[in-house]
Amino acid sequence: MITLKQVSKNFNSQVVLDNLDLHVPNGKITAIIGPSGGGKSVLLKHMIGLLKPDSGEVLVDGENIVPMGRADMNRVRERFGVLFQNAALFDSMTVFENVAFPLEEKTRLSRDEIGDRVHLALKHVGLSGVDDKYPDQISGGMKKRVGLARALLLNPAIILFDEPTTGLDPIICNAMHRLILDTHAQFGFTAVIVTHEVPAIFEVCDYVAMLYRGKILFHGTPEEIRAAEDPAVRQFIQGELEGPLQFL
Amino acid sequence: MLTAVQHLGEYVLSLLREMGRMLLFILSALYMIVRFPGKPVHILKQINFIGARSIFVIFLTAAFTGMVLGLQGYYTLTKFGSEGMLGSVVALSLIRELGPVLTALMVTGRAGSAITAEIGIMRITEQIDALETMALEPFKYLVSPKILGALIAVPLLCAIFDVVGIAGGYLVGVKLMGVNPGAYFHEMEKSVVWKDVYSGMMKSLSFGLIISWVCCYKGYYTTRGAEGVSRSTTAAVVMSSVLILVWDYFLTSILL
Repeated sequence: MITLKQVSKNFNSQVVLDNLDLHVPNGKITAIIGPSGGGKSVLLKHMIGLLKPDSGEVLVDGENIVPMGRADMNRVRERFGVLFQNAALFDSMTVFENVAFPLEEKTRLSRDEIGDRVHLALKHVGLSGVDDKYPDQISGGMKKRVGLARALLLNPAIILFDEPTTGLDPIICNAMHRLILDTHAQFGFTAVIVTHEVPAIFEVCDYVAMLYRGKILFHGTPEEIRAAEDPAVRQFIQGELEGPLQFL
Repeated sequence: MLTAVQHLGEYVLSLLREMGRMLLFILSALYMIVRFPGKPVHILKQINFIGARSIFVIFLTAAFTGMVLGLQGYYTLTKFGSEGMLGSVVALSLIRELGPVLTALMVTGRAGSAITAEIGIMRITEQIDALETMALEPFKYLVSPKILGALIAVPLLCAIFDVVGIAGGYLVGVKLMGVNPGAYFHEMEKSVVWKDVYSGMMKSLSFGLIISWVCCYKGYYTTRGAEGVSRSTTAAVVMSSVLILVWDYFLTSILL
């Protein structure tokens, strides 16, 4: 369970998060939507301590991670898996080595056991025969699936997805959503997905939070957001140019 | 007037902040080296990258530096009828000064820039964030092996530079200009003492630390995409080169 309380973050003089409150329930998929450049990825990075807020608390399973030192933070991070926007695969390693890396560094498993677990994780995300390929030799969609396999490998309780479908065609995008749903059903992790895929993401998530001007403008179920009467929320989910939200 | 003072104050503060961050960076890296030295294979990889792959460029630079020293030395020494001292001039110039400095500058250009670019790209593509989110220490994988690799490789390259440079001086002085080969080596043996070799190696070792420190640091704090990587790489090469020359002066005055 992740809870953000009164979180504020400024970069120079620009307010990115403004006394933001958000609650991410256990075992559910929460999508964070909102205008581009609105601070969604910044919000995600606060959840895993890659960024520290100027004020406020970030609670992970009841523990405030903001004042934590490196050792405590690493202990909390053991519970997380992250799929970055561009997958963040290590480009000097093959697909196999990328997925095996956390196991090699954090466990004492034998080579054979690591091999078995890596192949199982790659199978879960529908990949095979790409062990020896380097990240620049596979497509964007495949990179994201490799990233997901790496994130799933240590069975984390929470997985953060930073725009998992950006840059993918609609079919691969749907396949990625299906993959998130399937793996979620199988492993039962808590998921936070930062995305622009509106309304497609409503078919995937249990809750939606809309971030606008540093605050959560709306938080509820997909049904509730579809029925929302707030003109800003309606404008965003319908993608209209005219309305209270000013993008241009 | 007030604005100028404000700008100056802002500049001084940012400079102090940068220096503090650099100091903390190297302290963290040295702590990580002591605490988690890392896998020998990672260090060997860096020795190969910084050292073995620089041998050709070091060989070339050393040979021509030695040859120029042979020519210039011969030209100057004949004025005093002391061309027999050529071996001593070439060896002392190389071992005490030119070997460590030129090796360091060549390594900065060849390997240092690549280190900054590699770490910088890892930063902007979130690969360093990925390491952190896996609860792994980025310093252990990215910084410590490079510092250890440079500390081992740069003095070795310097030793190669010295030997090849002396051979280059021999080629020009003895084979081309006709200096007596016995005199060339005898004078060298007479004038070069352990302290000369020791001070050259000390310089080399400290230059290895400077190169890896500055280049890793600049890469690690890269921001703003591809342009940021290019800016960091340039800054790393310039800063390393200047620091090498400045530190060389201070070290020379201490070790003389």
